[in-house]
Amino acid sequence: MTPTHGGPGEAPPVALRTEALEQLLTERGLIDPKAMNEVITTYETNVGPLNGAKVVARAWTDPEYRRRLLRDGTTAIDELGFSGRQGEHIVVVENTATTHHVVVCTLCSCYPWPVLGLPPSWYKDPAYRARVVKEPRTVLSEMGLELGDDVRITVHDSTSEVRWLVLPERPAGTEHLSEEQLVPLVTREAMVGVAKVAAP
Amino acid sequence: MDGIADLGGTPGWGPVHPPRRDEPVFEEPWQGRAFALTSLSGRIAFGGVNLDAFRHALERLDRAAYLDDGYYGRWLNGAELMLTDSAVLAPGAIHARARNLRGEHVEEPPIPEPAVPDYAPSAEGSLRSVDTAPAFAVGERVRTKPMSVPGHTRLPGYARGHTGIVEAVQPAFVLPDTNAHFQGENPQYVYSVRFDSRELWGADAEPFAVTAELFENYLETTS
Repeated sequence: MTPTHGGPGEAPPVALRTEALEQLLTERGLIDPKAMNEVITTYETNVGPLNGAKVVARAWTDPEYRRRLLRDGTTAIDELGFSGRQGEHIVVVENTATTHHVVVCTLCSCYPWPVLGLPPSWYKDPAYRARVVKEPRTVLSEMGLELGDDVRITVHDSTSEVRWLVLPERPAGTEHLSEEQLVPLVTREAMVGVAKVAAP
Repeated sequence: MDGIADLGGTPGWGPVHPPRRDEPVFEEPWQGRAFALTSLSGRIAFGGVNLDAFRHALERLDRAAYLDDGYYGRWLNGAELMLTDSAVLAPGAIHARARNLRGEHVEEPPIPEPAVPDYAPSAEGSLRSVDTAPAFAVGERVRTKPMSVPGHTRLPGYARGHTGIVEAVQPAFVLPDTNAHFQGENPQYVYSVRFDSRELWGADAEPFAVTAELFENYLETTS
């Protein structure tokens, strides 16, 4: 458990320094507490991996949409109402039985916010950022994804403002499911390429 | 720059952490506050949104400030650096206030004379249009320059001085290397360059490919 205050003489812990910065900026009128709360609410409730799951489920059930998505990800994603910060130019790549794409940002933690929300802890972890560009097969195996030797792996390092979304393989045995029924099967991990989508 | 942020291929991190189901967006309330504060601090410190200057602040943090407080702690420490660079805050102001918040009585430094850069982006976001044609074509072999710049760059260390194939020509974006230092947007095409793993990591590497998104400035022809 992190101490919330620390003792006198000790460096104040980060939670307290956060409170201090908020106070310093607010009392000088530089930050509007309402704007603060708006930012937090947006990313806690409105923008998350459910958006990406809707994109994937649409692509699985509408071949014309899938074609548009793979040709111009940003526009096709915008069709479903998803755009904004960290989503200026989104490229969608498709995983198949023999081709596997996985996404990282080795320099920070760039991530396609409009479709996946803020990145999860494993994506921001130095171990993932350092290792997936050097030994992806080993890293994916540690994360529970074993890929056959015949699968070609491409790691996409998000070094510019281009953002990547992985269109996972639709699991066998889901042919009878509707778009709405497919949405909850799609995980954020599958849309980054560190997992496959499992049939229900 | 060659800083702690440039993690690709660096050793010593141990195993990755497998995903957790239902991980909250912010595990603790301060993380959401730090995220929002940092998001809003850019305009205060720079006069306008400048993602590149923000990333440059993060990569200038020392190892402890970068790693010890986790991702949102890093953001908070980056915000502090941005705001002290621009003299919106005095060095030590946050620590002094934090101590007073826990009941100590320490003197807080006076508010300095702000020195916010004279900066306004030419448009929202980072996408720009340029009049010139792309210098490199899909399928072309290119080499990344073996550069080691003291300032900001988005050419990772592991990809410097290596040969790859242009897989796609992306639109033009603001050049981070100059924009981070308020020295102009200099928009350039970005290229998805595909590198073979053995080119990057040697003959014993696992077989795979890496694509990096590289600005025109980072690349040269191989012949």
